[in-house]
Parts: sequence; C-alpha cells; structure tokens
Amino acid sequence: MPKQIVEIIMPQLAESLVNATIDRWLKQPGDMVDMYEPICELITDKVNAELPSTARGKLVKILAGAGELVDVGTPIALVETEGAASPAAEMPTAPAEPMPASEPVNRPAAVQASPAAAFDPDAPMRARYSPAVQKLAADNGVDLSRIAGSGMGGRITRKDVLDAVTAGNRGNAFSAAAPAAPVEAMARMPEPPRIPIVEVDEGQAAPGSREYAIDVTPIRNTIAKNMRQSVNEIPHAWTMVEVDLTNLVELRNRLKDGFKKQEGINLTFMPFLLKAVVGAIKEYPLMNSVWAVDKIIVKRDINLSLAVGTEDSVLTPVIRNADQKTITGLAHEIHELARKTREGKLKLSDMQGGTFTVNNTGTFGSVLSYPIINYPQAAILTFEAIVKRPVVIGDMLGIRSMVNLCLSFDHRILDGIICGRFHQKVKEILEGFGPDTKLY
Amino acid sequence: MPVIEYIEAIRTAMKEEMERDPSVFVLGEDIGLKGGVFGTTKGLQQQFGEDRALDTPLAESAIAGVAIGAAMAGMKPIAEMQYSDFMFPATNQIISEAAKIRYRSNNDWDCPVVIRAPIGGGIFGGLYHSQCPESVFFGTPGLKIVAPSTAYDAKGLLKAAIRDPDPVIFFENKKCYRLITDEVPEDDYVVPIGKSKVMREGSDITVIGYSMPLHFAMQAAEELSREEGVEAHILDLRTLQPLDREGILEAAAKTGKVLIVHEDNKTGGVGAEVSAIIAEELLYDLDAPIRRLCAPDVPAMPINPPGEKHFLLNKDKLKAAMLELARY
Repeated sequence: MPKQIVEIIMPQLAESLVNATIDRWLKQPGDMVDMYEPICELITDKVNAELPSTARGKLVKILAGAGELVDVGTPIALVETEGAASPAAEMPTAPAEPMPASEPVNRPAAVQASPAAAFDPDAPMRARYSPAVQKLAADNGVDLSRIAGSGMGGRITRKDVLDAVTAGNRGNAFSAAAPAAPVEAMARMPEPPRIPIVEVDEGQAAPGSREYAIDVTPIRNTIAKNMRQSVNEIPHAWTMVEVDLTNLVELRNRLKDGFKKQEGINLTFMPFLLKAVVGAIKEYPLMNSVWAVDKIIVKRDINLSLAVGTEDSVLTPVIRNADQKTITGLAHEIHELARKTREGKLKLSDMQGGTFTVNNTGTFGSVLSYPIINYPQAAILTFEAIVKRPVVIGDMLGIRSMVNLCLSFDHRILDGIICGRFHQKVKEILEGFGPDTKLY
Repeated sequence: MPVIEYIEAIRTAMKEEMERDPSVFVLGEDIGLKGGVFGTTKGLQQQFGEDRALDTPLAESAIAGVAIGAAMAGMKPIAEMQYSDFMFPATNQIISEAAKIRYRSNNDWDCPVVIRAPIGGGIFGGLYHSQCPESVFFGTPGLKIVAPSTAYDAKGLLKAAIRDPDPVIFFENKKCYRLITDEVPEDDYVVPIGKSKVMREGSDITVIGYSMPLHFAMQAAEELSREEGVEAHILDLRTLQPLDREGILEAAAKTGKVLIVHEDNKTGGVGAEVSAIIAEELLYDLDAPIRRLCAPDVPAMPINPPGEKHFLLNKDKLKAAMLELARY
C-alpha cells in the first residue's frame, strides 16, 4: 500500500490567535502517532495546550523546533501514513487552515521551514539593525527586542517596525493580535536563552547593580495587555455593599463536614456567591452585556469568569451556563477550575466566553478592592474577606459575620441605579441563605 | 489616445517641431533619403527638403561640430548619431565645446543643440552596435542628458530637448524602438527635463532606473506582486542630467530598500551617482544596503547569443534581485 506524507498544520487555537510557540515535542521523528494523540505542547498568549495529531502514522520530520513561534496554517511536522488511511486522516486538517491570506499549505516543506526560521532569536541577522529600523524604533518608542524579524536571517525590517507601530497605535500593543504583523515577541517566551535574558546576565554581571530584570512571560504580557485595554477603553465606576453572612456562615459550618464526605471537596462560600450573582443577573440581564459602540450586546448565556490567582499570574477560567447549576454543581466546577489552574492544565475552551467576572479577593485578606473589569465584559464583582464586626440591628448591637462586595462596572452600559439594584439583589439572595437552603 | 511605437513618437516629435519652428533641422548619416538606418527620420526629407534633413559624411565629429556651430548661429539642430557607439569621435565637440559655450562666453553665446543617439543591446549588434555610453557624458556640467523608456516620454522629452536653450543628449533605446508602444497624445506637449516619474507604486522595495531595463522591472514587479506579495515602487529617472534628486530621495525613502538598474556597466555608471545621493541624504531611512544591477564590467557586448544573453538584463534577473532585496 503506498505511503503518504501528511502535514500537521498549526491550527488556529482561538479566534484571536495567529500563531503559537512550540513548547516541547512529545513525539520524536520515528515515533508512531495515533490519531488525536498529543504530539507537542504549544504556548500561546492565552493558555498552554497540547496539540493532537491530525493523522495516524509515523512521525518522519519535525519542521518547527521547540521555542519556535509558528504562524497558524504553517506545517510543523510530517507524518507518514498508509495510503488508504490518508484521505480520512487529512480531513481534520482542513478546518485548521482558515486563513485565506496564508500561503498554500501544499508547498514543499523546505520552503515552509525557512520563513519560520526567521523568528529564531539567535538568527545571524537578528540583532543587526538598519539605520531605518533604529530611527523608526527610536521615534516610536518601539522595543526592538520584542519584535520578530521577517527579513533574511531573522533581521528586523523597516516594515516589521512599521507594522509593530501600527499594531501599537490600534491599541493592540505589541502582541500577536494583528494578523498582518508578526510582531510576536520572542522575548516573552519562558524558556532558554532569549535576548532579554542576555540583558539580565549583563545586569547581574555588573558588580554593584541595584536592579535586575524579570522576563515578561506570555501570560504576564496578556494580563498587561488586557488590563491596559480595559482601563483605557472602559470608563470604570465603582460601588460597594456590605452583606451580613451570619446565617450563611452557620449554614456552611453545619454542612461542610458532610459535604466533604459526600462530595469529596470542600464547601466554600464561593458557590453561594455565584448562585447569588447568577440570580441577580437573571433579574438585571444588562449586567451580562458587552459594549459594541453603536449597540449593547446582551448575552443570554451566563458564563461566569472566575479570577483564580497563581503565584505569578491571575487567570479567569469560565463556568459555562452557571445559571443552570446547583450550588453543589457550582462547587464542583470551582474546585475543578482551581485545580486545573494550579496544575497548568487549563484548556483554551476553559478560558473563553466569560460574560461576568467574580473575584474572591477575600482569600488574600482584602476587605476592599477596586477591580479592573475583565474586558470586554460589563462588570466585575469582588467577594472580600468575611470579618466579624459589631453591627447595629434595630437598636441593638450584634456581632455579625460581615463581607463587602465591591462592583466595578462599565459606565457606558450601566448606571448607578441598575448597579445598585443588582448589588442589592446579590445581597438579598446571600442574606437569604439559611437553614432551609438546598445544595442540590 | 493613439497607441504608437517608441520610434514613431521620436519621429513625430521631430516632425512637429520642424513644422512649428523653421530653425529646427536634422542632420546625420543616411537620415535623409534613407530616412535613417532604423527609419527614425523617415519622411522628413520628403516633407522638409534636403536643407532641413541633411545627409552627412561618415564623420561624427563633423556632424556634432556642424550642429554645434549651427546652434551657436541661431539654428536648432538635431544631430543624429547612427549608433551611440559611433559617437566617441564627437566627444571632444560635445564635451569641450557644446557643454562649455554658455559658460566660457559669459552667457553671450548659447548652443541649443540636440544630439540623438541610440543606445543599448539586445539586437545582436555585438561590440560596436550595443554600447551604452551614458557614463562617458554623464557628470559633464553644461550637458543635459535624457533617456526615455516610453513612447510618451520619448515624444515629450524630445520636444523639451529641442526647445531647450542648451545642449541636450537624447539617448533613445534601440531595443525600445518597436518593442515599446504606449498611449501618446496627438497634441503638443513636453515632458520637463529634470523630472523623474513613478512608474509603479509599491511599499516593499524601490527600483530606480532608466530606459529599457525598467520594462523588465515592471514585468518582474507584476510577477512578484502576484507570486510573493512583494510590491515594488519603480522610478523612471527619465533625465540623467540633472538628476531629479528630490524624486530619487522620495522614492528611496518610501521603502528604504533601493535597487538601481541600468544597462550601462556598473562601475562609474549613473547608478553610482544615484546611490551616492541616497547615501548622502538618506542614511537614516535605509533598511538595506543600496544595490545595483547593471551590465558586467566587461569591455563590450559579446557577439554571440549566449554571451549577449548573459550580458543583458532581463525580467528574471530583475526578479531575482528584487526578491532578494525584498527578503533582506
């Protein structure tokens, strides 16, 4: 049976992604790969992902090495398949090449490999800057170490800088967001020697240097970009309510041991909060919307983004259709997303489609915070630390478990009144949790 | 607007100028009865008579000398050099006399002569019928030099040359004569001497040149646009002296990557001066070394087909050089 060589194409992992960096190869030339078997790990601006094979056969050649930034639609490996299996095997690759502007995929592999090599930060012409490039970079404040070179030997061309400037002016910063501009920064890759690391070495080598540089990771860069975009574009307004959680605290104390036994996970306050938020959004759907300049798009699905911090970043995995879940269901979802986040196992699908964000800032002891909206959503709510405080109830003083809920909202979409009502609704639901509350 | 041949545009310019101004006349070898070896002056003797379409002896120094004298006496001669290869006996008259008359007479005398000379190879003419002598005359203050690449410019520039009060060398490309056709207005117009023209807009590389090789550049540019997405910006110098500095700098700054092409050999050619102008003025706009693609520095065009092919520029050579620069 004739053997056939099938190209494994870099897929479009998410709508806004135009490229991805190969972190490491899980398969080596000569290895057999099964259909959908992970062959390499990819790093993108958004998340790390494993790439499943789109063919069954023997991996014969790797076209893009670890650390290489590869454009969507570019072949990254060749797999030798049995002839008969190949038509089926090739089919999954078809949707993976949606970019009309990209070069024909059936080009010879060697030809494809050479443009990819242009992104190699160690390429011979990488740090050779022409006068035009230096002048443009200086005039526009472009950091050349953050731009990929499309020229011969990885040289940064005048056009690369102009593209980077254009991308920057459009508010996309120097990211990979602009398809026409391959300005992905090699510098942001969290692995072996890169240009900025050289600078770090120099800094450390210089005796008595009172500062040192930290590499900006892809995640850090994405956070920075999103935060800046949110603050730049969205006129933030802020409000806070106090909520009396005494009843809920009692309820949780009563149920938590049984819950742990039954469900195998801890019962926290978060599922109750999410339940309350979902209930309030149902009443005020405008909280679940997006500003689209000439209109406001209200989302029917309530997908709650949950801010989950790690040591060096914060991610916002999404609980889809949170309104369709019980408190127990939400508890499991939260537990699962937190686990995936800690273990670095989040998939792109875990990160997409959020419509409203909740942040449990109380976990790090905050009693008051001013959150930045998770762009392009309309609002974000924080759940601060629960603290016992003397509270006036009627004409008496009581010791109550109090919590602050802080809300930042997009003042283009939302005004004080609706947010106040939303806030009150969340408060009402939370304070309404008590002995009769059902977890299932 | 009628589409006519490059050679017809030249003939029409002479005819119209001779009709317009009785002091205009043509002289050269076989230009009268025969109408020129290429047919450039065909019909002029019939229309204007032997006194205004003079057949001369085979002596270029005499053709140039007579024309220069006539010009100083108030006439407007158009002297034809049958091939530019034959023009060297007249260099003394052209460089030492025509170019200096206004200067040395403190503006008392002038010399409104036009010297037409066909340049370039590709017609299997060998050593003595293929030369490009631009660099011999280039850099001589007091001379103007034009070298059109299109029929439109040929007519407009020749009229401008005839009306110019100073000596102008008109280098017409013999390969263009019947190969190049384009739209030429029937009415009277001039193309100003000293102004370059953008033939094609592009943002990736700039090609600067004159005469025939620009047509190869245009063909290569279309292919590169289609196949590689490379957009070439192409500038036709049209006038070699004085060079259009502004036009050159603008075109070079547009992309920062410059390729200069001409059929004259590389060393000491017009491209060297264009390159120097860019280097002097535009260091901080350059994104690549300035490149030149010219004929090799060999004494002359070989008289065998593979040799001629190797010597001459063509579309594929242009395309390779342009792509290399685009990828730089």
